[in-house]
Amino acid sequence: MELKGFSETEQYDPRILEDVKKNVFFTKVDQLKAWSRTRSFWPLSFGLACCAIEMMTTGGSRYDFDRFGVIFRASPRHSDVMIVAGTVTGKMAPVLRTLYDQMPEPKWVIAMGSCATCGGPYKEAYSVLNGVDKIVPVDVYVSGCPPTPPALLDGVDKLREKIRLEAKGERVPKG
Amino acid sequence: MSQELLDLIVEKFNTLHGEESIVESKLNFGKPMVILGTEKWDLATAKLLHDDEQLQFDFLTCVTGVDYEEHMEVIYNFYSTTLDQYLYVKVNTSREEPTVMSAEPIWKSADYMERETFDLLGIDFPGHWRLKRILLEDDWEGYPLRKDYITDKKALGLD
Amino acid sequence: MSELKTETMTLNMGPQHPSTHGVFRLQLKVDGETIKEAIPVMGYLHRGSEKLAERFLYSQFIPYTDRLDYLNAMTNNYVYCSAIEELLEWEVPERAEYLRVITMELNRIASHLVWWGTYLLDIGAMSPFLYAFRDRETILDRLNEISGARMTFNYHRIGGVKWDAPEGWIEKVQETVKELHTNIQEFDVLVTGNEIFQARTIGVGILSKEKVINWGLSGPIARGSGVAIDVRKTEPYSIYDRFDFDIPTREEGDVFARYKVRIAEMFESLKIIEQACEQIPEGDIITKKGKRLMMIKPPAGEVYRRAEASKGEIGVYAISNGKNKPYRIKLRRPSFVNVSILQDLLVGESIQNLVAIFGSLDVVLGEVDA
Repeated sequence: MELKGFSETEQYDPRILEDVKKNVFFTKVDQLKAWSRTRSFWPLSFGLACCAIEMMTTGGSRYDFDRFGVIFRASPRHSDVMIVAGTVTGKMAPVLRTLYDQMPEPKWVIAMGSCATCGGPYKEAYSVLNGVDKIVPVDVYVSGCPPTPPALLDGVDKLREKIRLEAKGERVPKG
Repeated sequence: MSQELLDLIVEKFNTLHGEESIVESKLNFGKPMVILGTEKWDLATAKLLHDDEQLQFDFLTCVTGVDYEEHMEVIYNFYSTTLDQYLYVKVNTSREEPTVMSAEPIWKSADYMERETFDLLGIDFPGHWRLKRILLEDDWEGYPLRKDYITDKKALGLD
Repeated sequence: MSELKTETMTLNMGPQHPSTHGVFRLQLKVDGETIKEAIPVMGYLHRGSEKLAERFLYSQFIPYTDRLDYLNAMTNNYVYCSAIEELLEWEVPERAEYLRVITMELNRIASHLVWWGTYLLDIGAMSPFLYAFRDRETILDRLNEISGARMTFNYHRIGGVKWDAPEGWIEKVQETVKELHTNIQEFDVLVTGNEIFQARTIGVGILSKEKVINWGLSGPIARGSGVAIDVRKTEPYSIYDRFDFDIPTREEGDVFARYKVRIAEMFESLKIIEQACEQIPEGDIITKKGKRLMMIKPPAGEVYRRAEASKGEIGVYAISNGKNKPYRIKLRRPSFVNVSILQDLLVGESIQNLVAIFGSLDVVLGEVDA
């Protein structure tokens, strides 16, 4: 980076130049913010159906969600990620939307499992909403019925990637 | 043993309501089954099943509603915890105005199961303490488990 | 001192509440800290399984039974398949029955472990959750090896089971049983004697024997109140009459009694698995007719079939009209009936005990709402 009236050799002792190169880096505030956000997702503990058990298992001892900085919060006011884990019915849809509205910005949604993605096995049922993306904007879809914990971990990883690329101003690849 | 129980129940029903109170009685996979008209299924009959020395059906296991297109039916499955015996009671009712006396005053377990039957099939249970929709929204139109119900998810705003 | 003037307040709990483990709502009328009225509101997960059953072939409905009580899917599979088998009057091969029993009992332990972990989480202990899920994973590994899925197994078939046990599986199960035996004992030592835990559970949420029978409650709730009903004993299905096991019952009827019953039940399940692993014969795993899924056409008729799930008595009322699709499938879900007691049980209790009582019923919302 070139700065006017600023020369590295004038400012620093040449002996520590190597150290400066190693330890100092430049970034945008946006990217720094995005980086810190990706390291501490706080999802709303909001289980709907079968997928909720797999979500709990991911938080349990073998898969240990905490090492990704993912800590479940009981209140929507504390959380920034909503993992929609399970079938959303017509009766539940307004409640889900209210919860989403109560979450502070910035916020993301992960649709976990085929029910939340598109209705899944209950596509033909009279009471089930075919896909949660009809009421809230979804960032990452995780497939499976229910998705295994590694699949959910991968979903979280994809969301990190997305946030990083968005902050950089790059296009987020689809699929 | 089941045949004896069936004969006993038929005899008791006949003393209560007079001859031919039962539409049909048979053994269904080794368990007694009686079929009644809805007018014969009343509190006295329910009390008889619950309190009689030889019957003692104190545990109501399952309440099923069925739409047979010409008529409707509610099936009660009873079990006696003391005498270890089973009974199916089928109550026939018309499809236009399906009404079956509620078993809720005697068996509390009928509370939710009858509400569910009302919710999904539209069968009325007079005598139930709080008969309203349980699984679907209060303003839901139609009864989904009826055979002529057409699932139109676009109209419901779900697709 | 003169009486304090109080007024009732309506408190809404759920549908999004961490200790309901799903989408369940309770409308409470409280006076101070005493509950005056409790109205359960459900249906937030009503998926219309019974209607869907009428659209599919007989064998195609098996995956939907998985998703009722997703913690104990094997028994759901079993009860549906056995109802259809009874209509068809089919005999199931010996080996298949043994595999069914082993998987069902393993699943029962997994289900009770989830209850154990989450219940203690609800009343304020964090670490049991981690212990319980560690051991549940071992069970799920075994079930995964035989069925190919972790939770929604879709393993039982009409006329048998889908897959035979892979090589060395039975030995692995025997090892798992040994491991579980020590671990569950450890859990028991860790928690049951805890003074705080006992203070929160003993004498709370008492259910009398008469109430249990009249409200149609089943499973560990009934057995915790001294009602020894267990379909495995009262009407032995599959091959349960060949095994030597007890039905643990307690007389107290409080939350602690239900807890003790569930712990004891896990040991009984281990006993059954041990015996089944020793007795299991070689042979077919599915009848010849069962492999032709399109051709399953039970003769016209109806049957009610029951089995003992981890939550209570699960039943299927199947009506056939001779075609290859069911005319009507009614599912008797234990949690749905068990949850109805809340409107009676919570009245007069204080608000602090609500979660302790509700958790002790062990309801699964997928099953309540179908």
